[in-house]
Amino acid sequence: MNRTKGDEEEYWNSSKFKAFTFDDEDDELSQLKESKRAVNSLRDFVDDDDDDDLERVSWTGEPVGSRTRPGSFQSLSDALSDTPAKSYAPELGRPKGEYRDYSNDWSPSDTVRRLRKGKVCSLERFRSLQDKLQLLEEAVSMHDGNVITAVLIFLKRTLSKEILFRELEVRQIALRHLIHFLKEIGDQKLLLDLFRFLDRTEELALSHYREHLNIQDPDKRKEFLKTCIGLPFSAEDSAHIQDHYTLLERQIIIEANDRHLESAGQTEIFRKHPRKASILNMPLVTTLFYSCFYHYTEAEGTFSSPINLKKTFKIPDKQYVLTALAARAKLRAWNDVDALFTTKNWLGYTKKRAPIGFHRVVEILHKNNAPVQILQEYVNLVEDVDTKLNLATKFKCHDVVIDTYRDLKDRQQLLAYRSKVDKGSAEEEKIDALLSSSQIRWKN
Amino acid sequence: MAAHLSYGRVNLNVLREAVRRELREFLDKCAGSKAIVWDEYLTGPFGLIAQYSLLKEHEVEKMFTLKGSRLPAADVKNIIFFVRPRLELMDIIAENVLSEDRRGPTRDFHILFVPRRSLLCEQRLKDLGVLGSFIHREEYSLDLIPFDGDLLSMESECAFKECYLEGDQTSLYHAAKGLMTLQALYGTIPQIFGKGECARQVANMMIRMKREFTGSQNSIFPVFDNLLLLDRNVDLLTPLATQLTYEGLIDEIYGIQNSYVKLPPEKFAPKKQGDGAKDLPTEAKKLQLNSAEELYAEIRDKNFNAVGSVLSKKAKIISAAFEERHNAKTVGEIKQFVSQLPHMQAARGSLANHTSIAELIKDVTTSEDFFDKLTVEQEFMSGIDTDKVNNYIEDCIAQKHSLIKVLRLVCLQSVCNSGLKQKVLDYYKREILQTYGYEHILTLHNLEKAGLLKPQTGGRNNYPTIRKTLRLWMDDVNEQNPTDISYVYSGYAPLSVRLAQLLSRPGWRSIEEVLRILPGPHFEERQPLPTGLQKKRQPGENRVTLVFFLGGVTFAEIAALRFLSQLEDGGCSEET
Repeated sequence: MNRTKGDEEEYWNSSKFKAFTFDDEDDELSQLKESKRAVNSLRDFVDDDDDDDLERVSWTGEPVGSRTRPGSFQSLSDALSDTPAKSYAPELGRPKGEYRDYSNDWSPSDTVRRLRKGKVCSLERFRSLQDKLQLLEEAVSMHDGNVITAVLIFLKRTLSKEILFRELEVRQIALRHLIHFLKEIGDQKLLLDLFRFLDRTEELALSHYREHLNIQDPDKRKEFLKTCIGLPFSAEDSAHIQDHYTLLERQIIIEANDRHLESAGQTEIFRKHPRKASILNMPLVTTLFYSCFYHYTEAEGTFSSPINLKKTFKIPDKQYVLTALAARAKLRAWNDVDALFTTKNWLGYTKKRAPIGFHRVVEILHKNNAPVQILQEYVNLVEDVDTKLNLATKFKCHDVVIDTYRDLKDRQQLLAYRSKVDKGSAEEEKIDALLSSSQIRWKN
Repeated sequence: MAAHLSYGRVNLNVLREAVRRELREFLDKCAGSKAIVWDEYLTGPFGLIAQYSLLKEHEVEKMFTLKGSRLPAADVKNIIFFVRPRLELMDIIAENVLSEDRRGPTRDFHILFVPRRSLLCEQRLKDLGVLGSFIHREEYSLDLIPFDGDLLSMESECAFKECYLEGDQTSLYHAAKGLMTLQALYGTIPQIFGKGECARQVANMMIRMKREFTGSQNSIFPVFDNLLLLDRNVDLLTPLATQLTYEGLIDEIYGIQNSYVKLPPEKFAPKKQGDGAKDLPTEAKKLQLNSAEELYAEIRDKNFNAVGSVLSKKAKIISAAFEERHNAKTVGEIKQFVSQLPHMQAARGSLANHTSIAELIKDVTTSEDFFDKLTVEQEFMSGIDTDKVNNYIEDCIAQKHSLIKVLRLVCLQSVCNSGLKQKVLDYYKREILQTYGYEHILTLHNLEKAGLLKPQTGGRNNYPTIRKTLRLWMDDVNEQNPTDISYVYSGYAPLSVRLAQLLSRPGWRSIEEVLRILPGPHFEERQPLPTGLQKKRQPGENRVTLVFFLGGVTFAEIAALRFLSQLEDGGCSEET
């Protein structure tokens, strides 16, 4: 069944809902029911408020003529009993538990106690604000969630929004309960009104923002996010919300474009590496990776170029280099990897630098099965000697190990390492040559 | 009867029987053959209370999982829905009821709300036009479920969120009700201690409920001497750190639900001789973990590094026992050996299982990443570098490790620093949002609200004071033969358990200053007992304390409490 918010609203605000009745198996008043009924039905004709209070109940216990909303189920029995003839014979054959109790005798604390035990109780007699608040106070001190909810439903229906909010503002427990209740039944509108009233602006903003998760259509979601910009978030969060909107906006464009390119079948990168998923709603870094993978060479002007993303979202160098590296390494584009770290200094000399440690570069290269020569080059750039040795040994970059031990003048280690290289290999020869060299002053 | 529930100082079988009796009564109310439609979430906790055999005794012939559209055909007189009071489940139930095939024999519908009925749910059923279709609509207050001889749980998955994020007191009300049930069965608890806002609320509710209970005085001789109520948010640190006990690590890596764990089947496939390898089982291996298993009871609370030696010793003992068959010469001796076989075989099976589990855990704990993570955790807990952006955490985000892992570390840093400097916080937030998605603005906001990840206010870091006064970080920890509760985290003593320890000896007056720094009030209440029931402690007999964590507890904390009770030889029961 589709329970749209609007329907919900309408129902709660205009239906003839009364204080809820639990099954009552041993209502000791049942002996008095005849006389009470007579007296009470008189009372109802006299009352000005809420005409048509009586809830008509059919033989099966279903409310007769209950409001049917579009799309709601209707039980067969409902349909069968929906005849005018039956609608005025409610009391006969009605399940015992549905008897309304219109007695005047119950004080707020008694009422609340009865509600807690699940007994039938009408709250209608609490007419004045004073009475209603007392009822609420009693309910709250009882700590029973069901009772508090029942009273809140009653107050929500019989008090204006402003008065309800004003009174709850100073009653923390009831207020929290109301918020929880509104969230549970999905009454977003009233919830936001409440936050606005309480001047809980940040919560208001977040509560509104949260709704975007319920919107599946990307364009609709984008439009919704636009409405979130300018809401009273904290300064930091405001920037993030703006970014969220901008990102989705870009993603929609990229997605449409790429889907078109892919189906046209002319672009090599898409042919060789078909896309596994849409880029919509992916995090920023994932989007950057995608862009470095499929649109690496594009100029700054296009929405899908990595540089554009970097500039628009102010992605720090570190993050950018890491992501680009991961993407290019996956494509085994070693030249691109090289270019990432090569900078020309003012003399025109090239030098390799990285905003991240080179050990990270090595790890990512290794993860992508880079050939040993490439790995070796970057292991060599690791500054910390221990780390360098560690990595070189781990990834079998023999030359680096050998050279490092040579530089450290550590004969023992070099000798130990000899057993790790293949017999008769060039590396073994190299080690032997070094070991027998008289020019090196070994320290051990 | 569940044997393992009777081993502790408190016989929890009494509670279990009482709870089973209520279930039986309800089933009998719906006379005739029946089928139960289960809210899947409940099957776990119920499994601890009643097996299918009990249900069968009460004419339960079929069981189904709650799903949309039409109910499966079953030739039963009654259909009973066992559900939590959640609105979305009501929609499904309504669908089931309304699509009932009227051409078939009529079936009576009933509904059992666990642990409470809810006004909103019944209203929803009414709106959907099905409320009147139910003959029996009741609640089954399964508040406290016995998990082991000294452990009870409410298994309330939303409790922390409700209590500390939304300020909703529903689970506190359940806790109070559960405690009233306990007192009805085990006697009034004479002294109640507590720390935290929620603890205060629960104590108030208990006192009020007692006042309103118009029945006769409770004449049961009290089993518990003390009740200690602790808010989870008094100690947010402990659940963030990686547990290092055997049971704790099983939970960290595989997750323990209702005393069951699901493990990768490959390690447990029976070794088959001959070629033609049989199909490896594809379904996870499910094991029950509780103190009924001797070996498990022995190793569960040990630091993982001490488990290996226990297992190898056990292997030798069991081997030797099997070798005894060569020494059995007389008929009498052979008979004796054979009679012990089942026990020995069970022991051997148990050893095999736990050896496999220990191997699985070792694969994780010896990995480089585990070591790096632990190092960072321990640095934070000992107060090192908690005020700057941490490289390891940055790397984890950059490599997009699991978000939970990252959040635990970042929150740990925040708690150990009494909140992060704004710049550091903003930096982490930005990295997280860019890597995991902007929608996590909501996640981060919730974490801040719960006090787990927040900016430092007042520029003061209180953690060092707390750490030093309560001796939370112990450098000289002995994992093999521990002398202090800090062994459960290899150096860090769980704050919550430290508070329990100090309460019993020398008392909380000695840490007044620290208690004031920790959130929420601390208090003491006495519940009067009729004169005949006042307890006189025998010399050498120690007090039995019920420790109640409001909002969840870790296995490591449970282990620490058990360790404490062995130290002082006082019984402890824990609850969540």
